[in-house]
Amino acid sequence: MVHLLYFAWVREMVGTDSETITLPTELTTVAALLDWLAARSPGHAAALADRSRIRIAVDQAFATAATPLNNPREIAIFPPVTGG
Amino acid sequence: MIAARLQSEPFDSAIVQTALLAGRTDLGAAVAFIGLVRADEGLVALTLEHYPAMTLAQMQAIAADAAGRWPDTIGTIIHRHGRLLPGDSIVLVVTASPHRAHAFAAAQFLMDWLKTKAPFWKREEWADGTTRWVEAKGIDDAAAERW
Repeated sequence: MVHLLYFAWVREMVGTDSETITLPTELTTVAALLDWLAARSPGHAAALADRSRIRIAVDQAFATAATPLNNPREIAIFPPVTGG
Repeated sequence: MIAARLQSEPFDSAIVQTALLAGRTDLGAAVAFIGLVRADEGLVALTLEHYPAMTLAQMQAIAADAAGRWPDTIGTIIHRHGRLLPGDSIVLVVTASPHRAHAFAAAQFLMDWLKTKAPFWKREEWADGTTRWVEAKGIDDAAAERW
């Protein structure tokens, strides 16, 4: 089981701020996870349509599309940050 | 040591700076930067969303990185979250060091990295009732990458 978190417009487009799901074992990278998630609902698909606008944190550390997934507990998906 | 704080409440930069410098006579320079909500035409409010489980740890990591680059520099960074109004302060960076070059550089580094490596997102509210998520700027990425 992995806890997925969504922030900012990703949260709004997906339609929820979090969900807990069981990932198929063949999802071994962040890129594969995003492809799989995009098929979950039209909201997921819309939010993830442009991967250049998506940033990821795996277990609270920034990740890239190539980052491997080793039984993560928490994955956050969000737009590029705009604090400061 | 550069301390990091995350809060919704306003901060008083003078109090923060006084506390930072208290008891130190070896410092020759202090720099304070405050980021403010700018009242662009029609802007009603700015809401800072963040990633509660990660934000403070990330701010502390950025602070530790700065402390490693400028070991003679001390500082405090404060970032606010929640709904802010035009004129409100968003972020405070205070640094101090024996000479001004390190205090200036550390402050600029901290701001550049806070803008691009801390999980905050700004949502604008406009007078016509619409809202808009602020887009990340390439110029901010370029500023962060020069370090």
